[in-house]
Amino acid sequence: MGALIVVLVIVVVLAGFIIGLYNTLVRLRNQVANAWSQIDVQLKRRHDLIPNLIETAKGYMVHERETLEAVTNARAQAMGAKNVAESAKSEGLLGQALSKFLLTVEAYPDLKANQNFLALQEELSSTENKIAFARQAYNDQVLFFNNKIQMFPSNIVAGMFNFTKSDFFEIEDAAERDVPKVSF
Amino acid sequence: MLMWEQIRANKRNSILLLVLMAAVLSFIGWIIGMAFVSDPMAGTLGIVIAIGLWIIMVIVSFAGGDQIFLAASKAVPVTKNVHPQLFNVVEEMAIAAQLPMPKVYIIVDPAPNAFATGRSPQTASIAVTAGLLGRLNRDELQGVVAHEMSHILHRDILFVTLAGVMLGTITLISHVFLRGMFYSSMGSGRRYSSRSNSGGGQAQLVLMIIALIAAILAPLMATLLYFALSRRREYLADAGGARLTRYPEGLASALEKISQNTKPLAVANKVTAPMYIANPLQEEGMKLSDMTSTHPPISERIKVLRAMAGASFADYSNAFRKATNHSTPIPASALKSDEAVDIRQAGEKKAVDVKRQSRDVGDIMWRTNGYHFLTCACGLKMKIPPNFKSDKVKCPRCGRISAVQS
Repeated sequence: MGALIVVLVIVVVLAGFIIGLYNTLVRLRNQVANAWSQIDVQLKRRHDLIPNLIETAKGYMVHERETLEAVTNARAQAMGAKNVAESAKSEGLLGQALSKFLLTVEAYPDLKANQNFLALQEELSSTENKIAFARQAYNDQVLFFNNKIQMFPSNIVAGMFNFTKSDFFEIEDAAERDVPKVSF
Repeated sequence: MLMWEQIRANKRNSILLLVLMAAVLSFIGWIIGMAFVSDPMAGTLGIVIAIGLWIIMVIVSFAGGDQIFLAASKAVPVTKNVHPQLFNVVEEMAIAAQLPMPKVYIIVDPAPNAFATGRSPQTASIAVTAGLLGRLNRDELQGVVAHEMSHILHRDILFVTLAGVMLGTITLISHVFLRGMFYSSMGSGRRYSSRSNSGGGQAQLVLMIIALIAAILAPLMATLLYFALSRRREYLADAGGARLTRYPEGLASALEKISQNTKPLAVANKVTAPMYIANPLQEEGMKLSDMTSTHPPISERIKVLRAMAGASFADYSNAFRKATNHSTPIPASALKSDEAVDIRQAGEKKAVDVKRQSRDVGDIMWRTNGYHFLTCACGLKMKIPPNFKSDKVKCPRCGRISAVQS
């Protein structure tokens, strides 16, 4: 009888422990998903802004068709991305195309004086910042979640319920990481 | 995540200062009670009234304190079209701090300053002056907003509100007592003196003098304690701001610009002063620099920020030790759980044009008050008042008619 109670107590404590770990993992996974949706909102915003920006610039930048097309193509590619890793890669390329475009803009004072363009540029640079900050927040969450999955004892529970590691949102190209210096 | 929670929890020194302030409040209640009737009961009653007054004021300030504070500072809630960049920057910092978007206010004042208020992140507001918006570039504005966002993140506002209300209560009680004494001794001096001559008058007079001295000194002491409390939180918010933006220079150069200002902020007062990013109260013609006591010396804050090798809390802590030779204001638990953070590169730098700046400040003030601008084909910029009824406006220079969109 005594042994039975001891076993029962152990089972209950163990079950409580597993439930607690499981709930922690679920919460962390949801936080990762939430952090990703933050990035996603900003990426969509970036995609929405680009056509307007190109449209405004077109009238002024007649000789820069290549640069403009590069941005448009990169945008199309980024919009077709299917998972985090693919998205990170194509968004990195889009970022490169955009910074090249913004560098070219410096040679067009008329365009830079255009109120509409200035407003769009502020929106775009803010969106770039938001992407960067949301990425930081997302990667922090992913690191925390992946650590939990790999570390003992939560790794046992993670294995039991099939929790898999999340991908980091890393920008591959080193050139993208440092913003080009613009001098006036 | 984890790190912020630890900073939030680590308030031992701040609580100690709050308890000391409560002691000052109790003492002033007790001595004034004793001064009127020399009976321990009166002293106790004085304490009860003083603490009761504080509790009532805390309840009031929790119910609508942020609104009262915003109204007292003449802050106007604004929509994104008034200043898109400010909105964007606040949104960016909210994302970086993983907080809900706070409400945004602009204070119609040419002195550069900013504050955050609200009991919880859900009810938080950030207010900046028009003067700040006109003077700072994007990186600097981001630094200031990040500093305010750190206050929200660290739950400093709740704490500063408790202490601020306590300071307010002490000031109020002392003020009422001193005023009462002044007028009663002027108006009915004879009655007053005749009463103090009656039984036990000598002891009563001594108590009265102690009470008078206490009423003069208590607000000063409470102010010093309050400032000590707010200084710690300021350093911590600087560190948090640098980490959020990953660009300490932005905040450093913003503080530098703010410190060059010589105009005091008209809407600030002694109690609200510690809520601002830099002390808003300095005398006309004096530089807002190391003389301040609500806030750590600005030059020191700038020195620490500029000495940072990275953007993490550990970097701030090291820079702090190097620049000031004091012990670090960062809790050890936050240092341990923080990882290395690199500094990002600067955004674009605009050349400073003083004339244009003051025009910008003016425009922001007009816009905050609901005016909007319309540029005529001849180049004249017209201000359309918020209650403008007609849908067309005639240009006073060239006579062209323009449509008004509302």
